[in-house]
Parts: sequence; structure tokens; C-alpha cells
Amino acid sequence: MTIGYALEAAQAALALLLAPGLVGLVRWLKARLQNRRGAPAWQPYWELAKLFQKEVVISSNASWLFRVAPFVVFASAVAVTLLVPILAVPLPFDGVGDLLVVVYLLLLGTFFLSLAGLDPGSPFGGMGASREMTVAALAEPTVALAIFALALSAGSTNLGQIVARTTANPAAALSPGHLLAFGALFVVTLAETGRLPVDNPATHLELTMIHEAMVLEYSGRYLALIEWAAGLKLLIFFSMLGNLFVPWGVAATLTPAALALAVVSLAVKLGVLAVVVAVLETRIAKLRLFRVPELLSVSFVLALLAVTSSFLLR
Amino acid sequence: MALTDLLLTVLLLAYPTGALAALGVGGAAGRRLVAACGCTGSLAGLALGAVCLGRGVVPTLAAPFLPLTGLALRVDGLSAFFLVVVGVVGGAVTVYGAGYSAAYEGRYSLRLLGAMLNVLLLSLCVQVMADNALTFLMAWEAMSLSAYSMVLTEHDRPGTLRAAHWYIAVTHAGFAALVAMFLLLSAGDLTASFASMRSASLTPGVRDAAFALALLGFGTKAGLAPLHVWLPMAHPVAPSHVSALMSGVVIKMGVYGFVRVAVDLLVGGPPWWGGLVLGVGTLSALLGVLYALMEHDLKRLLAYHSVENIGIIFIGIGAGLMFRSFALPALAALGIVAGLYHTINHACFKGLLFLGAGSVLHATGTRNMEELGGLVKRMPRTALCFLVGSCAISALPPLNGFASEWLVFQTLLGGSAIPQPEIAVIMPIAVAMLALTSGLAAACFVKAFGITFLAIPRSPEAARAQEAPGSMQIGMATLAVACVALGLTPFVVVPVLASSLAGLRAVAPAAVTFSLALPLQVAGPSGQMSPPILALGLVLLATLAWLALRVLGADRRLRRGDTWGCGRIGQTPRMEYTATAFAEPLRRVFAELYRPTRDLSIDFHPASRYFVQSIEYRSEVHPWIERVLYDPLLRGFRAAAGWIRRLQAGSLHLYLLYLTLAFVILLTATRWWR
Repeated sequence: MTIGYALEAAQAALALLLAPGLVGLVRWLKARLQNRRGAPAWQPYWELAKLFQKEVVISSNASWLFRVAPFVVFASAVAVTLLVPILAVPLPFDGVGDLLVVVYLLLLGTFFLSLAGLDPGSPFGGMGASREMTVAALAEPTVALAIFALALSAGSTNLGQIVARTTANPAAALSPGHLLAFGALFVVTLAETGRLPVDNPATHLELTMIHEAMVLEYSGRYLALIEWAAGLKLLIFFSMLGNLFVPWGVAATLTPAALALAVVSLAVKLGVLAVVVAVLETRIAKLRLFRVPELLSVSFVLALLAVTSSFLLR
Repeated sequence: MALTDLLLTVLLLAYPTGALAALGVGGAAGRRLVAACGCTGSLAGLALGAVCLGRGVVPTLAAPFLPLTGLALRVDGLSAFFLVVVGVVGGAVTVYGAGYSAAYEGRYSLRLLGAMLNVLLLSLCVQVMADNALTFLMAWEAMSLSAYSMVLTEHDRPGTLRAAHWYIAVTHAGFAALVAMFLLLSAGDLTASFASMRSASLTPGVRDAAFALALLGFGTKAGLAPLHVWLPMAHPVAPSHVSALMSGVVIKMGVYGFVRVAVDLLVGGPPWWGGLVLGVGTLSALLGVLYALMEHDLKRLLAYHSVENIGIIFIGIGAGLMFRSFALPALAALGIVAGLYHTINHACFKGLLFLGAGSVLHATGTRNMEELGGLVKRMPRTALCFLVGSCAISALPPLNGFASEWLVFQTLLGGSAIPQPEIAVIMPIAVAMLALTSGLAAACFVKAFGITFLAIPRSPEAARAQEAPGSMQIGMATLAVACVALGLTPFVVVPVLASSLAGLRAVAPAAVTFSLALPLQVAGPSGQMSPPILALGLVLLATLAWLALRVLGADRRLRRGDTWGCGRIGQTPRMEYTATAFAEPLRRVFAELYRPTRDLSIDFHPASRYFVQSIEYRSEVHPWIERVLYDPLLRGFRAAAGWIRRLQAGSLHLYLLYLTLAFVILLTATRWWR
């Protein structure tokens, strides 16, 4: 039992440690693909360190909510890393929250960040908040259906059980329901983590931006917390894509060998997904904001097909 | 047993006393008396419900002391649960009303308002305890009429009369449907007890008709789409504490009545019943939230959200009915428990939000969000309460809205147990629509809270706003605490709810095994969560992060500065994002549904079209459902009324002729009848 809790702590710590690196890795890969030299993958660590050492400047219009929001965003993201099987199953906190809880915890962070975007009264913040909530709301049905598809084959919305069932029955991973749900959730990952073609994480002053507009007023340690939480969100979505759909490598026993394998397989999965996203971001342009719903409806249809096929092929 | 009798007596005496006191005593003393009596009655109802739920007793009361024979009361599990709902919201609302109605002094009739508030609360309590159709219908009508008179309180404001007319017309159409339904169920004898209706054997045709009438009658009261049109008109114009009571509790009587009839008296039916309820619920949820997004009147926005949440409640109940017809009693119980859990949750957070909106209205005199802003600094306690309500209604963990929506999701996920895949496929679609609804609700409440309470005030009234008086704060705080408590304790609420269904034959409570251990477990589709641990974890993690920043030596300097604005000097409220702008992306996405009208006129400089002198932009979203569905109805109604008016020509001779004709016809009819 104690080992279990130690594992939880280790998993959260590992996620916190890897998150900025993952963001840096995607950036570096993108730069190389675009024939640039690019900043090294560990650049985000230096950025975080720098931000933590800088003074905070807060708008005089902002209220206490502006100062609380970064902690809510950060805490909800870290809480999710304790629920999602990043390294091993079943985790001791498996019963604390299922896949639905994970989704709504992330929505909690988005909710508070959007409120904080409105708080300083800047038009940029309002614009970002409005767009962020639009995208989040439109992505929600896809997420719910993908959960449904996964829960249908596993007989549960518990993350541990989903992983365990797919591990026990490897053929399920190749079922059309699984594959379609993977596709749907991948599109949602791009939308929720603010990647191309939904949002451009590389730009700061462009009328099409979403996330960066919302956090424009943040600085110093608050910005550091928010950036870190954004990195965590990317890592969470990547490890859900990797571990829920392709659960091999996730430690089922708490032996050192199994855990070592889990760390290696996690690194491989994150690496592969980082390459995919980097290639994608190099190959495609950003969609107009009002074309984003079309992309999300594509993912919705994929998810609906996933559930329907799971029903009919039972 | 003595305790329940005592509580019942207190409840039945406190409200009439309050009503009489209101009529007799005016001024501040009258307001306090009204609040004290209303609150006593509500607390007695709450205690009665809690005792009945806790001990599983079923007190009954036939009323020989009343001149009208045939009134009968019986408090079973379902009644007790709804007594708790009325009690919690009623208590908070009456306390809040004492402070809120002070502003009405000298302007509107406080005596009538106070009396009707108590009559409404009494009729709500009697209605959920009613054991025969007569008692139920009388309480129902008392509820409708007392609410009507309170909607009319601010009768000189534009729109109030129209709203009240819509309300009274729709509610009476619903009442007619209910009378017809009870006549069908009781074979013509309205004083027959519910027990005899349960055992009556009806033909499938009669049962179907009764079900359709129940859905129609209770749907109008609950505000199910497309019967909801009166709700966004009537709820906002009532005094805010009455709005809270109407949106929090009165529309829930539609839920109570529907569960009582469809689940208890009719004991479920064919699958299309559940399918229809599920479909109507989904439609209400989605339409409600979509129109709420376009609304910039704070109270109308909340009223549309009531349509949404009633939809969510009926999704749960509809799924329950559907599982019942496929002989899946555990899942059926889960669906109804989820629906009822959302009922009490919505009562608390919607009551809270309406009270918060009332405080804003009280402080600034406007409900228009485009004129608000910056209230979080001027009304910090109201803002905090409103934030709790906003998070709860957006289904954010660990608050109560999340707990019940999670249960609804789990119910729908259990749809895989339905043997026919072509019917089971309905469930994932409902899941997707429910998820979309909750996502849009979150967006809507970022707008509602963000535009109303954050940033810079958009009008001088908002800049001068003062915190609400103490009694109003107590009312809001009570409901905010209830929201948190209900969210953290589903492992208590769910088993109690499941046991309250013990008297209902349609569901098998024994088949529902909700774990009492900390993680909340669901029997059928199996999912787990634990809101208390989740809440504790979030608080711990946030504190840890804060401590870590201090201990590890992050820079602690903090400077106040202007909001960055691309180099311009000075910031005015006109530069802020507005509620309209916030909702604009979603309005474009759902333009097909909204069909907004736009009016753009640009005034160019006479010398060159490159210089714009002024731009005027106007855009409105008018729910076209009203136009398409209700306009033909209204036209027909007006034509019929014009035709009937000819009968009333004002001639006494003609009236005497009517009298004689009616008398003769009735006499011959009775003779033939024999």
C-alpha cells in the first residue's frame, strides 16, 4: 500500500519533471523539421526558472480571482496526473476519480483560467477566454463519446480497468471502435492543448490566438505555474492516448523491472506522439477560428462511429 | 410517531400564520414576521422530510378538521425527499426576502407579496404530501395562482403583464391536462387514494393517454422544451427571491408529479415512454443552454438555464423509465436517483444564483450584464456565493452539479445493457448531447460571472454598488454551503435517495448497491469516484504549490500596473470585452439555430469612404421556436376568442336566454343519463 502511494508521488513528480521537456521537445523537433536550429529541448526549464525569479506585475483592475486562478489551474492538472495511469495500474487513487472526473478536472482549470482572462479587463483576455471556452465546449461531446467507447469495451469508466481489460485482450486494441476513438481523441488533444491547427502556441500577438491571448496579463511566478500546467496538460493527453489505447508497457506489478519498462515505454510513446505532432504542425496551417468547429465535428463523427461500431460488433 | 405529527402540525400552522401576519402587519415588523413564519414552516418541513427519510416512517393524515372532505396527506419516501428540497430553498429564500423586499416598501404591495409567499410554500408542501388527486390538484392550483400574483408584483414594469399572461395561460393548459389525466387514472373519482390508482388495472390505451397527459401537464410546469416559452419570461420579472423559489422549487413540482405518476402510479410502461422523455429532456437541455448563451439579461440567462437543468433531470428519469421497460431494475433505480439528485442540486445552485442576481439587481438596479462589471471588489461576498453557484451549475468537481451529472452519465453508459442495439444507440447520443450541454454551460457561466463581477464597472451604477444587507447574505451563504455539502457527500445522499424510492414498485431498490465506503460506486456500469478526497486533494495540492513557491524562494515581489493595451494610455470600460462579444463565436457556430437578425449601418465621411464617422450595429436573437410553434396557436386562439365574444353581446335578454337554455339542456341531460 505504501509502495502504491510512493508510486503515485513518483508518477506525479515524473510528470511534473517531464512536462516542460515535452513541450521543448516538440518545439525542437518542429524547428529541425523546418530547417531551423531551434532552441534545445530543455529551454522551457530555463524559462520556468527565469519566470520564478521574476517580479509579478498585476493589472490594477484584477481581483483576488486573478491570483487564485494559477493555483487552481496548477492543482487540477497535478491532481489529474495522480489519477491517470502514466506508469502503472491499478493506482491507489484509481477509485478517487474515473475518466469523467479527469475530463471535468481539466475543465475546472480551463474555467478558472478563462475567468482570469476576463479579470484585468483587457480585450485580449476576453477574446482568449471566449475562444477557449468555445473550443472546450465543442470538444466536450467528442471526449464523452470517446469515453463511452472505451468504457463500453472495458465495462467501466475507471482508468485502471480500461488499461487492464485492453492488456488482457490485445485484439480489442485493434477493434474499429478503439481505432476510431483514438482518432477522435487525437483531434481533441490538439484542440484542448492549444496546438495547430486550432491554436498556434508559437505566436503571441496575432488575432487568431487563443491560449496565449488569455494569459497575456500573467507574469512571473503565476505565468510559470500556468505554463507548467499547460505542459502537464499536453503530457496528460499524450499519456492517455498512449496508455489507454496502447496499454503495453504500463506496469501491472510494482517490480523494479516492470517500472523500468514502464518508464522506457512512456518515453517511447511520448516521443512518437511528439514527432507526430511536430510533423503535423509543420505540414498544416492554422485553421480560421470559425473553421475549427468543422474539425471538431469531424472528430465527433469519428467518436460516434466508434461507439456505434462497438455496439454493433459486441 | 409523535415527532412527525408535531412537525406536520407546525408546518401546517406556520405558513398560514405567516400569510395572515403579512396581511395584518405592515412595515419592517411585517417583513420579519413573514420571514420568521416562512422559515419556521420550511425548517419544520425540512425536519419532517429528514426524519421520514432517516427512519423510513410513513406518516399519514386525513383531514377531518377541514370543511372540505376528501383531503388526505401521506409522506412516503418520495414526498419526504421533496419536502427537504422545499425546506432548504424555502428557508433560505424567506430569510433573504426579509432584506430584499425592504426596497419594495412604499412602491409595491408588500402585504400581498408576503402572504402569497407563505401560501406558495404551504401549497408546495401540501402538494408533495398529497395522497389523492383532489388534494394534489387543489395544491397545484394554489401554487400556480400564488406564484402568478407574485410574478405580477412589479406590475408597472414593461413586460411584466405579458409574462404573467403567458405564465397563467400555459400553466392552466397544463392544469387541464392534469385534471384529465387524474380522471383517467381514478376512473372519475378524484378523491380516490393514490393506493387505489396504483392497483387499478387500465388498458394500454388509457395508460398511454394518461402518460402523454402527464408529460404534457407536468412538462408545462417543469418548463420542458417546447413547453418552456413562459419560463424565461415569467421567472425574471418576479422579485428575485420569488424567482429563486420558482426556478429552484416550483418547476421541480413538475418533476415530482411526473415521477409520482409515471413511475409510482403507472409503474413504468413501454420503451417509447422512456425514449420520449429522454428525447424531450435532451432537447430541453441543449435548447436551454444555447439560448442562455445569447442572453445578456442576468435573470433571463438563469431562467434559460433552468430549462437546461430540467432537461438533465428528465434525461435521468427518461433513462430510468427506459431501463425499467427492459427489466433492468438496478439501472432504472440509478437513473431516477440521478434525476432526483440533480433535482435537489439544481434547487440549491439555481436558488443561490437567482439570489445572487437579486443582490446585483438590488445594488445596481439593472439586470443587463453589459452595464455591470467590477462587482467582485464592491460585493465580495455576493461574488463568492455566485462563483460557487457558477461552478456548481457548470458541473465542475467537487461541487454538487458534478456529482449528479456524473451519475446521469453513468446511467447512460449503462445503456450497453439494453439488449436491442438499435435502441441502445440512443444512449451514446444522449451522452454526447449532455456533454455538449455541460461544456456550453461552463462557457455561459464564465460569461455570466466574468462579465458581471470581474474587470471594470461598465456603468456608474455598477461602480457605486454596495454589498447586500446581512439577511440577504445569510440566504445566499446557506445555499452556497448546501451546494458544497451536497457535492462532497454523494455517498450519503445516494443511498438515502435509493431508499426513498423503496415504496415505488417500478424500481427495485434492493437491486441497487451503492457502496457506503468513501469512493462512490455505481452498481451497473461500474465507475468510481470520491468527491471528498478529490476536494481535499485539490486544496492540498494548491496549498503545496503555494508553500513550495515560498520555501523554494520564488520571487515574491508584486507590482500593480495598468492592463497592457498596445501602448494606448488609460483604459475605459468601452475597451472591455462585452457579453455579446464573448458569446459571438458560439453564435456563429450555431447560427442555423439562432438565425440572428443583424442591422449594420455605417456612416461614412462625405469626402471619402475610407473615413468612418460612426458605426451602428444591432443584432438580436429571437427564439424562432416561439414564432413557429406558438404564433399559429395564438392566431387561432384570438380568432376563436373573437368569435366567442359575439355570445357576450351585453344584452340582458340574450343572457336570460342562455340561462334558460343551459338549465333545460342540463335537466334533459340528467334525465337521459339515468
